[in-house]
Amino acid sequence: MKKIVLLFSAISFLIACINEPKKLPILGERSTKDTVINGKTVTDTIYQTIAPFRYYNQDSVLISNTDYDGSIYVADFFFTTCNSICPIMHRNLLQVYAKYKGDKRVKFLSHSIDTKYDLPSRLKRYADNLGISSPQWNLIHGSRDSIYDISAKNYLVAAYEDGAAPQGLVHQGWFVLIDKEKRIRGAYDGTKTDQVAQLMSDMDLLLQEYEQK
Amino acid sequence: MSKNKFAIFCILSTLGIFFYACQSEEEITYARYYTAGKQLYENKCANCHGNDGAGLAMLYPPLTDSTFLKQHKTKLACYIKNGLQGPIQVSGKNYEGIMPAQATLSDIEIAEIITYVTNSFGNKQGFYPYQQVGADLQNCSN
Repeated sequence: MKKIVLLFSAISFLIACINEPKKLPILGERSTKDTVINGKTVTDTIYQTIAPFRYYNQDSVLISNTDYDGSIYVADFFFTTCNSICPIMHRNLLQVYAKYKGDKRVKFLSHSIDTKYDLPSRLKRYADNLGISSPQWNLIHGSRDSIYDISAKNYLVAAYEDGAAPQGLVHQGWFVLIDKEKRIRGAYDGTKTDQVAQLMSDMDLLLQEYEQK
Repeated sequence: MSKNKFAIFCILSTLGIFFYACQSEEEITYARYYTAGKQLYENKCANCHGNDGAGLAMLYPPLTDSTFLKQHKTKLACYIKNGLQGPIQVSGKNYEGIMPAQATLSDIEIAEIITYVTNSFGNKQGFYPYQQVGADLQNCSN
């Protein structure tokens, strides 16, 4: 009898583990905050979030963080004349876009790091040629300082100017997945097809998280 | 297997080996160009034109338009070495971007790339020798 009980509990334990819905980790720095509610101290975890932003998109429309409220989004850094990793990244991101096209829960945000030449008019031509459109996929132009600041501090993607590089600009090819609370939930190498496939399945997982709520 | 059949099999395979070994000089050179060209293509061209030569939307033209490649065959070396600024019409569509120059490529490397591209992605236009590159580059401005 004892054995049967043991076996039964072991099995139910296993099933419980399997049924536990998979959740994406929350990345970035975190801190704790103590608040006193009704005389009791409650500790909350404060996660790193994307700071508010305002940029012009390919239609010369001012886009801000509130345009991304209520949707998950994929952010990346590129520039229109880049002929190293950007074409590969956007060839891959185009597949993700095709999968979620018209889905209001999913958006895209591509920051140009060529802040001198990639003005909205040039971003528009690039967007048209790539076959994408706002408001689901915004290509944005911002000041040099704000773009380089938000890439490093918020999205944790390295981007900088380097006179020694073939095109003078250097950046990493991460696709960063941001949730509705503006927290980082994943980073994927946009030049690798297997990682882009992972991004798509993780996006489904993240969307499920909100369905269950 | 009977003795006779085995003998025939042996003779045929020997002949096959001989035949294979007797590939013409040009075929061997072609194979060498093609392999080296594939490597160069993947390093220098595939980012924009894709590993499958399909290009990228309306940003970068595909390399699958055999007619375009045939009509511009003597210009391909110029395009690769000096770059190319549109508009050009490929597969019935107009492309307006800028292809960067690859000035550091040698004649043999350009010939290898052209041999690879014009014999991949559904193209079959044969061997392109490196001597041709020098001749073609003389006439870039025409």
